[in-house]
Amino acid sequence: MTALLSCHGLTRRFGGLTALDALELAVEPGSVLGLIGPNGSGKTTFFNVLSGLFPASAGEIRLDDAPITSLQPQAICRLGIARTFQRSRLCLPLSIFDNLMIGNHRNLPNGLWFNLISRRALRRQLEKSAGEARELLRIFDPALAERLFEAAGGIPMIDRRRVEVCRALISRPKLLLLDEPSAGMTHDETLRLMDDILQVQQRLRLTIILIEHEMSLISRVTNHCVVLNYGKKIAEGTYAQVSQEPAVRQAYLGLS
Amino acid sequence: MRSAAAAALIAAASVALLFFFLRAESQQSVALLILAAVALSVLASRTRFLHFPERALQAVALGAVAVLALLLREDDFSLLLIVRVLLVIVACLGLNVQFGYAGVTNFAGASFFGVGGYTAAMLASTSRLPHLLVIASGGLAAALLGTVLVLPVLRTRGHYAALVTIAFALLFRTFLEVNDTLGGPQGLKLRELVVGPFHFNDSIQLGTFAGSFYLRYVALALLLLAFFFALVQRLERSFVGIALDAVRLDEIAAATFGLSVARWKIVAFTLGNFITGTAGALSAFLIGFIAPNNYAFGESMIFVSILLLGGIGNPWGLSLAAAIVILLPEKLQVIQEYRFLLFAAMVILMLLFRPAGLLPRPLRRLSGKP
Repeated sequence: MTALLSCHGLTRRFGGLTALDALELAVEPGSVLGLIGPNGSGKTTFFNVLSGLFPASAGEIRLDDAPITSLQPQAICRLGIARTFQRSRLCLPLSIFDNLMIGNHRNLPNGLWFNLISRRALRRQLEKSAGEARELLRIFDPALAERLFEAAGGIPMIDRRRVEVCRALISRPKLLLLDEPSAGMTHDETLRLMDDILQVQQRLRLTIILIEHEMSLISRVTNHCVVLNYGKKIAEGTYAQVSQEPAVRQAYLGLS
Repeated sequence: MRSAAAAALIAAASVALLFFFLRAESQQSVALLILAAVALSVLASRTRFLHFPERALQAVALGAVAVLALLLREDDFSLLLIVRVLLVIVACLGLNVQFGYAGVTNFAGASFFGVGGYTAAMLASTSRLPHLLVIASGGLAAALLGTVLVLPVLRTRGHYAALVTIAFALLFRTFLEVNDTLGGPQGLKLRELVVGPFHFNDSIQLGTFAGSFYLRYVALALLLLAFFFALVQRLERSFVGIALDAVRLDEIAAATFGLSVARWKIVAFTLGNFITGTAGALSAFLIGFIAPNNYAFGESMIFVSILLLGGIGNPWGLSLAAAIVILLPEKLQVIQEYRFLLFAAMVILMLLFRPAGLLPRPLRRLSGKP
């Protein structure tokens, strides 16, 4: 089976700092890849390069065997890569529905004529979209689905995470990038959120790359792990394998 | 039913207050009426008036202005003030699309207002284009000239974008002053506005009904306002409105979800300038004479303070604020000379104590909502 996503020699430099150093990586379709490593090891930089926020300094990224290196974020989104952010980037003054529609932008009619003049068609589309949004939210929390038109700033942290994940899921991406979904949540909340995400993953045959510090989570949900340190890949394999690697233990615990 | 009666009562009281305010002669009576207006607005905020179906509110507001204009039918100065308020509301609706929705700062509102005015003056004197089209061309010219600014506006953010537009405002005024075809510092006179059979500068005589020629302007300005108010609200309550908000609130997140930040900023900037320019064109016909001084930087600041006072992103808020900011200094002579000072103080106080404005923008109301 060919990989959904593959990186060859992917490098990103910030001045003299090499945040990503000749990264080789492949993700099988339908799998969950765990990306782990100490703080500052280049995990989020990898997501930022992958989603087009930073251009790559060298190397190549291929999605479905077509090069997507250094495309604009908009183009990468259109090809089916969606992400969440480490620190919540919801638009808090907007409603939950609005936030989800931002996530679904690539599938929605955005012409001025449609939006300003054909109001009846717009109304139908809005109702359809609200239905889809409710359905997706219901998988995570039925009570949240009922609060669709409330401000995103008025809901608790766990619900904001859920909305953020739904915002990434609603456009039905091929590849979902989750940047530390456990940040700011309790252990139990994270487990519940992850279970819900996996449920959607099964249903949509979604591929996920997960950045996470919570190792119990990594061991439970990932098929495969890649460990980064100073931008370099230092180990790869199942969680059980990489956790035994001396290089990994050294990177995390600083043992000599 | 009771709330409908309350709404009718509030509307009637507002019309009466405005009527007496515009007719008031002494400073004491003006002060008393301002106090009464404050009391009325407190009262109105306690009722469910603002939760009324929007269509009904719009109809009531339009009707109230029409009734007020008819009550003042022979009072030229008051009618002129009313039209001015209506046109400033339209101009601010344009700025609202830029500032309030897409977050594109524009401190050159009065310049685009002026582009509309000068275009109208030139086209009316040199071409035989119907005047309604002349007014629309004013908007088109403002939108076109705005494209000059698009590149710097896209490349800059926050304070820097503000500076770019301020520079444009200053350049625009200097350009008008040195350009002889555009009348230089003396400005230009406009021809009489003629729409179909209506000559806008003839007074109205219908049987026993006699009225000022400004009544026609009130009617046309109301039509223009109703059209753009509806347009701006439709824009907000659509997927485009959501996209514009996303661009304002978080460009990076917007880009990762496939929104073209540049496209939406251009749409908002151009549409906003079109609206402001159209208002400027009709305004030029209204005063019959335009000069660079009418479009000074201070005027742009007045537009911005109207947005901040009213509640950025809320068309209702800016309508209320425009009425306050335009009418108050005209009637309260005491503050006339200090109006810029007072507006500056007002903006600072608002930002400190009520940063969302008098009528903060509510959550988006969409028709998909249950």
